[in-house]
Formats: sequence, C-alpha cells, structure tokens
Amino acid sequence: MSIPLLSTLIFFPILGGLSLLVIPRQQTATIRTMALLISLIELCLTLPVALMFDKSTASMQFVENHPWIASLHINYTLGIDGISVLFLLLTGVIIVLSILVSWESIITKVQEFFIAMLLLEGAMMGVFCATDLFLFYIFWEAMLIPMFLIIGIWGGPNRIYATIKFFLYTLVGSLLMLVGIILLYQNGGHTFDLIQLAGQQYSLKLQLILFWAFFAAFAVKVPMWPVHTWLPDAHTEAPAAGSVILAGVLIKMGAYGFLRFSLPILPQATQKMMMPMLVISVIAIVYGAIICLAQKDLKRLIAYSSVSHMGFVTLGLFALNQRGLEGAILQMINHGVVTGALFLAIGMIYERTHTRQIADYSGLASTMPVFAGFFLLFTLAAVGLPGTNGFIGEFLILLGGFEREPWVTVISASGLILGAWYMLWLYQRIFFNEVKESMQGLTQLNLREICTLVPMVILIFWIGLYPNALLSFMHTSVSHLIEQVQGGATLAGPVLSTAGSLIP
Amino acid sequence: MTTAAIQWTAMAPILPELFLVGVAVMLIGFDLFLPRQRQLLPWMTVVGALAALGMVLGAQPGEGFGGMFVIDGYATIFKIICLGAVIITTLMSEHFLRIINLRQGEYYSLLVLSLVGMLLMASAGDLMVLYLGLELMALPIYALVGLHKKDGRTSEAAIKYFLMGGFASALLLFGLSLFYGLSGTTNIAAISELLSSGDLVASPVFLAALGLIIAGFSFKVAAAPFHLWTPDVYEGAPTLVTAFMSVGPKAAGFAIFGRVVFLGFADLQPHWAPVLAFMAILTMGIGNITALSQTSLKRMLAYSSVAHAGYALLGLLAGTAEGMAATMTYLVVYLFMNLGAFAILMALAQPGRRCESLEDCKGLATRSPLAAALMLIFLFSLTGIPPTGGFIGKFYLLKSAFMAGYSLTVVAAVIFSAISAYFYLRVVRYMYMDDPQESTPVVLVPGMKAALYLCALGVLGLGFFPGSLLQWTLSALSGM
Repeated sequence: MSIPLLSTLIFFPILGGLSLLVIPRQQTATIRTMALLISLIELCLTLPVALMFDKSTASMQFVENHPWIASLHINYTLGIDGISVLFLLLTGVIIVLSILVSWESIITKVQEFFIAMLLLEGAMMGVFCATDLFLFYIFWEAMLIPMFLIIGIWGGPNRIYATIKFFLYTLVGSLLMLVGIILLYQNGGHTFDLIQLAGQQYSLKLQLILFWAFFAAFAVKVPMWPVHTWLPDAHTEAPAAGSVILAGVLIKMGAYGFLRFSLPILPQATQKMMMPMLVISVIAIVYGAIICLAQKDLKRLIAYSSVSHMGFVTLGLFALNQRGLEGAILQMINHGVVTGALFLAIGMIYERTHTRQIADYSGLASTMPVFAGFFLLFTLAAVGLPGTNGFIGEFLILLGGFEREPWVTVISASGLILGAWYMLWLYQRIFFNEVKESMQGLTQLNLREICTLVPMVILIFWIGLYPNALLSFMHTSVSHLIEQVQGGATLAGPVLSTAGSLIP
Repeated sequence: MTTAAIQWTAMAPILPELFLVGVAVMLIGFDLFLPRQRQLLPWMTVVGALAALGMVLGAQPGEGFGGMFVIDGYATIFKIICLGAVIITTLMSEHFLRIINLRQGEYYSLLVLSLVGMLLMASAGDLMVLYLGLELMALPIYALVGLHKKDGRTSEAAIKYFLMGGFASALLLFGLSLFYGLSGTTNIAAISELLSSGDLVASPVFLAALGLIIAGFSFKVAAAPFHLWTPDVYEGAPTLVTAFMSVGPKAAGFAIFGRVVFLGFADLQPHWAPVLAFMAILTMGIGNITALSQTSLKRMLAYSSVAHAGYALLGLLAGTAEGMAATMTYLVVYLFMNLGAFAILMALAQPGRRCESLEDCKGLATRSPLAAALMLIFLFSLTGIPPTGGFIGKFYLLKSAFMAGYSLTVVAAVIFSAISAYFYLRVVRYMYMDDPQESTPVVLVPGMKAALYLCALGVLGLGFFPGSLLQWTLSALSGM
C-alpha cells in the first residue's frame, strides 16, 4: 500500500482535534461544524478500507510496520483482519452521531469537548488497528483520558464519582494486563508482535497466569459479571454522547481484546477456562436482565441491559465455534448500533424534560409521535425481533452455545424473554397511559435529530435483513481463529474436563 | 612556567564545574555592585548553565585527578538532568520570587553552587569526591530552604532539613570510613576490584558499612524509611526551592547511589537487591497512600515525589544495565513532569497568598485553560498513562525489574500506581469539574511560559519518541 490508510485513520482525527485549538473559544458554532466535518471525513476514510478489504484471507491487511522504540523491540505495527475491520466502520459512524447529538446539549467548554471526542476517536481507531501489544496498550490506556474528561466534565450530577470509578476500575485491570504483557514478552522471545507471539507454545501454567492477567483488563471493559458495577454509574452520569460511545464502541473493546489476544495467544488456557467463562456469561445475561426490571432510571436500565447483552457476546465468544464467534462479533456491532441508538434517543428526550426517572414520563406517544416511532423500532431491535439486527446475532450465539453446551442456551434464552419484558414494559410506561402535565408541549424532533436517528434505523434493518453483508467479512478470519484455538489444544493433547486446576 | 601549564591541563576535566563556580561568584558580585540590574540575574544563570551544558556535552570521556573524577556517559546523563533542573527552575523563578518578595542575588548563586556539587557527585570516582560533592550540594540547599527568613515555616523546614541532613551525612561518612578501613582505598573502582576477589564480603563490618551508605543515599533520594524529612521540608520551603529539590538533588542522589551500589558493588547484587526491593515497595506504599489524604497540593506533590523515588529504585535494584538505564530514563522524564506540576503550583500563587491547597485549583480550567491543560498532561504523566513520557519511563522500569526476576515487586508497583491515579485525578477533578472560587485570571509570565512549554515538550516528546533517549542511556552504560 502506498498510502498508509490505517495511520491516516488514527491520526486524522487526532490532528483534526488539535486543529480546533486555533479557532477562538467563543466561536462555538464554527468549532461544532469543524468537528462534524472532521468526523464525516473520517467516516469517509473508513470506506476505502472496507471496500478494498480482501475477504478471502485471514492474514492481516493494510499492514504498516515501522520500528518505533528499537531498544525495547517495540514496533509501530498496524493491520486489520476480518475481526477488526467492522469496528472501524462502527467507530466512524458512532462518533459522527455522537457529535450530532451533542450539538445543543453541550454548552460549556465546547472546544474542549470536541477536541476530547476527536482524540478519543483516534485512540479507538488505534486500538482496533494495532497488532503490536505495546502499541495496543498505549491506545487502550490513552483512550481513558478523554473518556474520563467527557464523563467528568459534561456529565450528570453524580459525574465525579462515576468517572473516577470508571477510571480506577479500568486502570487496575489494564495495569495487571501490563504485567501480563511484560511476562509474555519475557517468555515469547522478546517481541510484542501479535503474530509472532501467537505462533508459539507456552506452558499451560504460564498460559493460565496470562489468561487471568488479560482477563483483568478485558473483563472490566466488557464488562463481565461481577466487575460490571462501574458501567451503570458511568452510563447514567455520562452526557448523551459519552453514553453512546461507551455503549457503542468502548465496551466492545473488552470482547475484542479476548478475540485478538487471549484466544490466539493462549489457546489451551482459553479451552480450559471455557466453562467458567460460559458460566459467568450466563450469570451476566440473567442477572443483568433481572436487575433491569427493578430500575427506576431510564439510562440505568439501558446500562444494565448492556450487561445482559454483553453476556450474550461473551457467551458466543467462549462457545469457541464458528457460529458462536461470528454471532458474538455481529452482536457486538448490533449492540453498538441498537444501544447507541437508544442512548441517542434518550439524550434527545432528556434535553427536553431534564429527567431520567421513568415514573416522570407518560403518554409520549401522543405528544411526540415521530420520536415514539423511532424508539419503538430501537426497542424491538433490542428485544431481538426477527427482521431486526438483534435477532440475527442472538440467534447465532444461542446456536453456537447449543452446539457447545445445551444447558447454556436453555438458561440464557430466558434472558431473551426477560429482555422483552423489561424493554416493552419500559416502552409502555414511557409512551402510553395518559399524558402528564409536565410532558405536554414538548417540541418535536428537529431535522438534525431525525438525521441522527435515521442512519441507525437503516443499519438495524440492513443487518437484520441481509446479515451476510457483515458476516462475509469475518468468515475466513473466524475460521482461522478457531484453527488457532483448536490447533493449540490438539498439539497439547486432549482438553481435560474443567474440574482440574482453574487457577494457576 | 611549565608546572603551571601542567596544572591547567589537569583542570580540564572539571572545566564545567570551575566555570559554574565562576558564574556563582559573578552573580554575587553583580548583585552586590549593580543592584539595579538585578532582573538580569536569572538570564545570566540560564546562560551560564547552558554554557556549562555545552561543555558537559562536548567533554571527552576520561578521568581526572588520578581516577577521582570520572567523565563517562553515565555521569553526562546525570549532569544533564541536574543542569536541566537548574535551567527550568531558573526560568520559573523570576515571577515567583517577585510574588513572595525575596531578595534575589544570593538565590541564584546558591543555586549554581549547589549545581556544582551535583555535577561533582555525578562524576565522583572516589568516595572523597562523592562526599565533597554531596556536601557542596547540600549546604547551599539548607540556605535556600530557609531563604524566606520572615516566614516561620521555612525557617523550621531549614533547621529540620539541616539537622536531619547532617545526621544522614554522618551516617554516610561513617560507612565510607569503614570501607576505607577495610580496603585501604577510597577509589570506587579499586574497592570494586577488591570485592571481586571475594574476601571482603564475609566481613560483618563490610555489611554494616553497606547498610550505612545505603541509608545515607536513601536519605538524599528520599526513599522510605529515610523519607521522614521530605513532607515537612518540601512543604515549608519556597515552592521554587521545593521544585528544584524534588528533582536535582534526587537525581544527583541516584547518580551516587548507582555509581557505588550498581557500578561499584555489582557483584554483591544478591546482597543489596532484596533490601532495595523492600525499600522500593515501602517507599511506593508510603508515598502513594499518604498522598491520598493530603489537602495541600504542595504536600501531595511532596509525597508523590517520595513515591517516584520508589519507582526509580525499581531499575536500580534489578542490577542490570537495562535497569540502570531505566532509572536514568525515568529521572529524565521525572525532571519534566515534576517541574511542570510545580510550575503550575507556582503560577497559582498570588501576592500575600500561598494558594497551595487543592481548593485553589478549583476551576483552573475556566481561569486559565492553558495552565489547566498543561497541568493535565503533567498529572497524567505522573500517573503513568500513555501517551506521555511518564508511561514509557514507568514501563521501562517495570519491565527491567520484572526481567530481573522481581515480579512481586513489580505487581506491588503496579498496584500502587493505580492507587496514585486517585490523588492525581483529584487535582484534575478540581481543575475541570468544579467552579472557580475566584475570578482572577492566572498570569503566565514569559519565563514561566517558556519553562512550562519546555516541560510539556519533554513529557510529550519522550512519550512519542523515547527511542533515542533509551538508546542513549543504554549505550552510556554498556560502554562500562
């Protein structure tokens, strides 16, 4: 490749964000427009990556490799495969929509806000492109800074507690992963290169230690039960854009980390840990869904539903078969789209009513019919109605889970029923019943807001009706990944029952 | 005449030090005879330090005074750190000294004299030079701490520092004299050779001497349990002096620490490394945990500088060239990030008010977006979050200690640095997430601005392009 496309994807928003510094602080309209423009160009830049992507190979594409810190064997290595390519597109879309939804709701420190958003976008792109563990870690941690500020400065009343909790949870997890990375470097032939590290044999004990070290970082990010408690706080207190990014992209990175690092580098440990991971996933699905039923706060409810939905993702992931993994990746995209859309919608309604309590709402279907229509669509997609994207992902995951362990599917299917219960009940409480005094005279959605929601509607139906458009990207990479996991296991003999040593 | 010529050549290795002594004397004279031109003093100090920097960089590796004075890559890097500390603090000083209303002349000359001591320490090839440098560094600082005579707090700090420092020097001197008694020489290289022959190690006197000098060094770098003077002295001294003390003397302390323990007693690594590992954990623990409960930003930064000494020990205890290179790299990064943080603290100060508490940072992002953004960078670097230099430095330290087999120490370091995130972030929170208590804008004078930009450039530059610095520190050590 003559043009370093991936580097452009990473550094264009970063430089673009910094270029906002030259605009005087008072000219907020110019800053907003520039930020939108930069994010739109960035979205367009992701298109050639998707169009030129070769679906027939599992090896890394658009590879860039430059020595960076020679004395530590650290290289600036980028590359994408069928697992990561879709996330670049998702990130591009989510950031554009987040900027649109912040158009009027962000009124203080406007310049800082949009700079933080664009820096965050660059770092997120970097996470999905990096194939050097050290570089990955840099982007992974660098992401924390803008997100910390976005929640902490522009968030709700309890934002400081939420953002510090978010930061500390993720930091502790990440630092343990850092120790794991150093351990891997020591035992993996003094390299941070993902491809080289994956092609080696490690003793089972080492693999298990590393698995837990990586687990610390990724499980917090997903978030898996029982380290999910930062998510409801962070989601609830973050500004609309922050919630959208958190739900849309950030929490996908945990699952992506498992896919990218734990599975190919530590195949035996993954096989051994499969059962505990499945159990945790099932707990997350059911527990998250039941908690949702008890929520009084709109955003908190969606946050807990994320815990439940991410349980499905990890379930598919650790089913370790083609259907489960493809379902998991697809479900990550789906969850990003649907929950992102729900948070966008909630952000819009919050701007009008300034309350997040479900009890304060009623009868919106008659006062804001267009909004009600959009919200119904998103609700149904979240429930997993056939024809919407939610159905495809969950169905594949349940299928994959059934092939692995039938009881897993039996229990987690109850999550779907509970999901329908809490989402439809939520819809009923907000949109039906009599119109309350305080809910009268709300302004209708304006053109900007409709433009923000329409792309999500298109994505929901497009993926729902023609999932192959996305699945075709991942077939080859996923089967290669499965070969890596199984290959590592067969070389080391048959996988024993999980009753053995779970903890190194 | 010929003898005189020979003597002058013999002086060549200490040319930068001699030059700086000249600068210090000139500063006193200038202050005395041309009091109206006093505002030129900081610039003369900066120019003098820059000239010395040029001499240090241009110096040929070698020895002087029969091996008592060593010029090598190791010394050069530490000298650059110390010179950098003086240059950056001097840039910041003008504004701050005016605010706290101090006579300026002796400040600059004391600073430069202390710098000479630090340069001697970095180059010490002999225990006598080491001690000479140490005292030359320490005496001006005792005076600097108490510079603000009318303030009771500074006088208390100065007395405290002087007594404790004198005691630590005595311990060190006792240790050094035991070494001399055992080996019959004060030359570090000669002692090192005697050690490899192996008959010294068994002696309990030797171990006592080792313990004594480690205690003396630990006092200088403020490592626990010899850190007790740090919080009070750092808090009591004028912020400018605190900033300098937290970087320059600490780096010089590490220079002699490494010179004696790592380069001199390399064979004894199994003996001293566990002690250092224990001290590192203790230092990081005490520094980070105590910093959590501080309400004064200055005192918090004092404890944080204790904690950072603990991190820097991680590289030293590894006993490998890579480890020492990591410590040196970390000290370079630390120079920029710590001085940067202190610079913001100084910028907050107003005539008649110290403004050193956390509350005074409230709403800084509204009062001065630039100062807040720079402080943000320094704080994230102190926490060790990429893409700042603090992360690279910390990673390098953790890696080299881990590779040397101190995995539990590394895990402890990682946990403590997660704890440290809390108190650094609290400052960010006050700056960005609270409303300002006062509306007076924060003025950044040109000198302060230059220092801040230099620090920010260092922190970010080393975060993105650390390669050449790592290469340089490593090659400085591998040549030995």
